Amino acid sequence: MDLTNATMLRMFEQMTRIREFDERAALLMEQARVHGSVHLYCGEEAIAVGVCEALNQDDYITSTHRGHGHLIAKGGDVERMYAELFAKATGYNGGKGGSMHMAALDLGIIGANGIVAAGLPIGLGVAFASQYQENDRVTVCFFGDGATNEGAFHEAMNMASILKAPMVFVCENNGYGEWSKTESQTSVTDIADRAASYSMPGTIVDGMDIAAVHEAAIEAIARARSGGGPSLLECKTYRFYDHVGRDFGVLQRDPQEIARWRARDPIKLWREELIAQGVFDGKTADEITAAIAASMESAIARAEQAPDPTPEALYTDVYSETQV
Amino acid sequence: MARLNMVQALNSAMDVMLERDQSVIVFGQDIGYFGGVFRCTDGLQRKYGAHRVVDAPIAEGGIVGTSIGMAVNGLRPVAEIQFADYIYPGFDQIVSELAKLRYRTAGDFFAPVTIRTPCGGGIRGGQTHSQSPEGLFTHVNGIKVIMPSNPYDAKGLLINAIEDDDPVIFFEPKRIYNGPFSGYPDAPAQAWNTHPKSEVPEGYYTLPFGRAEIVRPGADVTLLCYGTMVHVAESAATLAEVDAEIIDLRSLVPLDTDTIIESVKKTGRCVITHEATKFGGFGAELAAIVQEQCFYHLEAPVLRVAGWDTPYPHAFEWDYFPGPKRVAAALQEVLEGP
Repeated sequence: MDLTNATMLRMFEQMTRIREFDERAALLMEQARVHGSVHLYCGEEAIAVGVCEALNQDDYITSTHRGHGHLIAKGGDVERMYAELFAKATGYNGGKGGSMHMAALDLGIIGANGIVAAGLPIGLGVAFASQYQENDRVTVCFFGDGATNEGAFHEAMNMASILKAPMVFVCENNGYGEWSKTESQTSVTDIADRAASYSMPGTIVDGMDIAAVHEAAIEAIARARSGGGPSLLECKTYRFYDHVGRDFGVLQRDPQEIARWRARDPIKLWREELIAQGVFDGKTADEITAAIAASMESAIARAEQAPDPTPEALYTDVYSETQV
Repeated sequence: MARLNMVQALNSAMDVMLERDQSVIVFGQDIGYFGGVFRCTDGLQRKYGAHRVVDAPIAEGGIVGTSIGMAVNGLRPVAEIQFADYIYPGFDQIVSELAKLRYRTAGDFFAPVTIRTPCGGGIRGGQTHSQSPEGLFTHVNGIKVIMPSNPYDAKGLLINAIEDDDPVIFFEPKRIYNGPFSGYPDAPAQAWNTHPKSEVPEGYYTLPFGRAEIVRPGADVTLLCYGTMVHVAESAATLAEVDAEIIDLRSLVPLDTDTIIESVKKTGRCVITHEATKFGGFGAELAAIVQEQCFYHLEAPVLRVAGWDTPYPHAFEWDYFPGPKRVAAALQEVLEGP
């Protein structure tokens, strides 16, 4: 597939942005500066970026508890995201959502979600509405391998197939459902096999290879946009860190397993690819990374100083009219 | 003005709204081609098409979740869960998503979903076709909970629900779909057509939420009820020969506390009745409100007459059901002492 230099560079920048965002979010959690915990996307960046680079601005995504990467890939502003982690009034949801519930109407981000698989039927409804409104918008639902053992996954897949909904189901199979190995919880080795039960295409792709993810996403999104119905895209990937934070303290994964996957770090692979293709040299890549890292530090500094929500915000937005 | 039963009134509400508003979608199991197990959606798919009156698989979580997505993206889905007893697979989506979406996005997203679902017993349905789970939903902030007791209210409240920007769980007491129920199971079945509340305007009208109705003014005791129990309450007041003020709450969330408080301050006594089980039920909330707001006006303990704290019993339906005799006994007890 031919990608322009600009696209390849943007993909590198976006993946780096996600990595630098989440490495710092982890630190902020460990320092108890942010409000609560964070689920880190490190290692899985090629999926969010590879897919979202194939979407239009007005397409929709639903996300998961591990959602920072999806938000950034869909255009999320990192300062507003950090502000949400700090529970500040300037956060994406005025501090009332937090890490697992960030949503952004103007970016088509229907929301991260603290309930595993809950975003799938919701995404289906969003896609149904696009179909009903006869616009050509596509909805992508991101979810993990663990979500495919939830009833919501199967209900949404079945209904999406019946309704020929304009959507793509993107499974990030990172080998673990929270702390348990996928193979101990899941009746299939390849999640993509589950697509056959719902009469839709199921494709396996190397989730560490952003070009491969991007190419597969373009095909699935084009199918959805042209009325060809939903498909399931399984991206084989790996979670570099623990389910929550970097090291929950009980991490029992084989260090060699981690090292093997670390060797296939999607950002490292893509950097090597771009150097090989002459898009940039190593020095320029380092400068880009350093500039993104610096922008994260200033975003954190501003977000942390932002105002808290006013006490009135406690009772607003429960209903359309405040009841108390 | 036509004489309608509750099924026809509900059908008329959806018909009116499908006609008025292109964003309204009716969605659920067996509601389209078949017309609904209780016939509430009969004829709507023929009239408006399968793209607006949409059949869903037997997948309650999927039905609720999909409705949320539709609503987020500009539609106003009216979802049917075929029996309230089937709503539990959708409970996660209702509690974690539907009720909380507006709050967690600080008002950026909202989901104007109406979930219609038939509830209640007295139909020999056994434990999975007779429950009254309203108390599980009144406990959840962010959703509104409605239960009408007659055709006129049913239509006006359902239209209001569809137009409301907040999610609404709309409970339909199925025992009174086809006629009011006095609470005497062996009495001949009544039809709606002689009841004044069966006179239903053909077109559009709404009834606001949060307004209870005093269906029978009285001086001696306030009797709080809703749904099927409104009709049973009237039987009970007659049986007990007590001048009870019967209040049909209609809207549980938001609740018309002003009407309740004013009445109890006047009568000094209060009996609460619902079909749902007693412990931790909605009646407990009502009793708490009455004691907090009317304590110094009370002349007797607040009593609750409810379903027994058991699964809905197959063998003892009419013992479980809080019929006129049990309600009448409570009315007499608050007046005369135990």
